[in-house]
Amino acid sequence: MAVSLREYRARIKSTESMKKITRAMELIAASRIIKAQQRAKQAAPYARELSRAVSAVATYSNVDHPLTTEPENAKRAAVLVVTSDRGLAGAYSSSVLKEAERLNERLRAEGKTVTTYISGRKGEAYFKFRQRPVAAAWTGFSDQPQYENAREIGETLIEAFVAGLDENAEGGVDEVHLVYTQFRSMLVQEPHTVRLLPLEVVEGEEKPAADEVLPLYEFEPSPEAVLDALLPKYVDSRVFLALLQASASELAARQKAMKSATDNAEELIKKFTRIANQARQAGITQEISEIVGGVNALADATAGSE
Amino acid sequence: MANTMKVSLVAADREVWSGEATVVNASTVDGEIGVMANHTPVLSVLAAGQIDVRTENDGHWVAATDGGFISVANNEVRLLCERVEISYESNFDEAKRLLDAKIAEEGN
Repeated sequence: MAVSLREYRARIKSTESMKKITRAMELIAASRIIKAQQRAKQAAPYARELSRAVSAVATYSNVDHPLTTEPENAKRAAVLVVTSDRGLAGAYSSSVLKEAERLNERLRAEGKTVTTYISGRKGEAYFKFRQRPVAAAWTGFSDQPQYENAREIGETLIEAFVAGLDENAEGGVDEVHLVYTQFRSMLVQEPHTVRLLPLEVVEGEEKPAADEVLPLYEFEPSPEAVLDALLPKYVDSRVFLALLQASASELAARQKAMKSATDNAEELIKKFTRIANQARQAGITQEISEIVGGVNALADATAGSE
Repeated sequence: MANTMKVSLVAADREVWSGEATVVNASTVDGEIGVMANHTPVLSVLAAGQIDVRTENDGHWVAATDGGFISVANNEVRLLCERVEISYESNFDEAKRLLDAKIAEEGN
C-alpha cells in the first residue's frame, strides 16, 4: 500500500507542474491575443482605403487587367493554407487543414490540378509526413505576422498566377485560393476559404453607402498604370489580413485549449488526491487491524497457557 | 476653416497620421503634386520620395516612403504607403544604423 501511495503523490506532483505550464501558456496567449486584435484593427484602414481605390478605378474605367481576368478554362489551381507554427492550440491547425482537403477535393472534382502553398510549420509537417509536394512554404511568423511576410507570399502567388496566363508555362496557375481561419470572436474561429485570384473587385470589406457616390477621379498617369500598381498591393493586403486573422485565431484557440488543459489537470489532481487519501487510510486501517489482531493473538496465547 | 482638408497617412500595418492640413506635397511617378483644399479628385501613384505636409496652425511634418498611392476626393487626402517613416517618429541613430547596415550589405 505504501508504494502506491508514493506513486500517487508523484503523479499529483507531476500533474501540478503540468498545470502550471498550461496555465502559463493560457495567460501568455490571452495577453498576446489582445495585441493581435489590435494589429488586425490597425491594419484595417490600409485595406479599406486600398479596396476603395481599387473599386474606384474599376468603376470608372473599363480596364482589363490580367489579375482580374477570368481564365477561359481554369485547369490549374493553387491553394495557400495558413496554419500555425506551433501546436498546443487544440484543433486549430487540423480544422484548417481539413478545410483545405475539402477544397482540394472540390477542385479535383472540377478537373483541376492543385498546387499547394503553405504558411506555418504545422501545415508543412502535415504535407511532408504524407509525402505530398508543396510548391512553397513560409514559416516562423504565424503568431506575429509582419507585412513583409504577406508581401513575400503575395509576390510568389502573383508570380505563379501571371505565369499561368501562358497556357503551357511551367508552374503557372489559373486561380489562387486562400484557406485561413477567420476570427469571429474569442470563442468562435472558423476555417474559411476565399478565392484570391483572379480578383473579384466588387466585393469590399465595407461597401460604400448607397448615398455615397464615388468621386470622379482623375487617374495619373493613367487608369491602367494606377491599376497596375494597385492590384498587387491589394493582393498583398488581403494576404496580410488573412495572416492577421489567422494569428488572432491561433492565439484564441491556444488559450481555449490551454484553459481546458488546466481545468483537466485540476480535476486529475482532485481525483488523485482522493485516491491517495483512500490509500493512506486503507494503509492505516490495515496497520491497526494487524496490531489489534496481533494483540488479540498474543492475549489468546497467554490466556491459553495459564 | 474653409481652407483646410482632412489628411490621413496610412501604412500597411497602422495609421501613421491623420488630421487637418492646408498643403500636401508629394512626388508621384509623373512628378511633383501639390494639393490644397478642395482639389479635384485625383488618384495617383506615388514614387519613392518625400511627403511634405503643412498642417493647420502652421505645423509641418515630412515623411519618407518607398512608394504608394495618393487619393484626393471630397476634400480628403489619403496617402497609402506600404512602408513609411514620418519625421517625428524616426530617430537619427536608428536611421544611421540601418543605412550603415545597408552599405555594409552592398559592400559584400
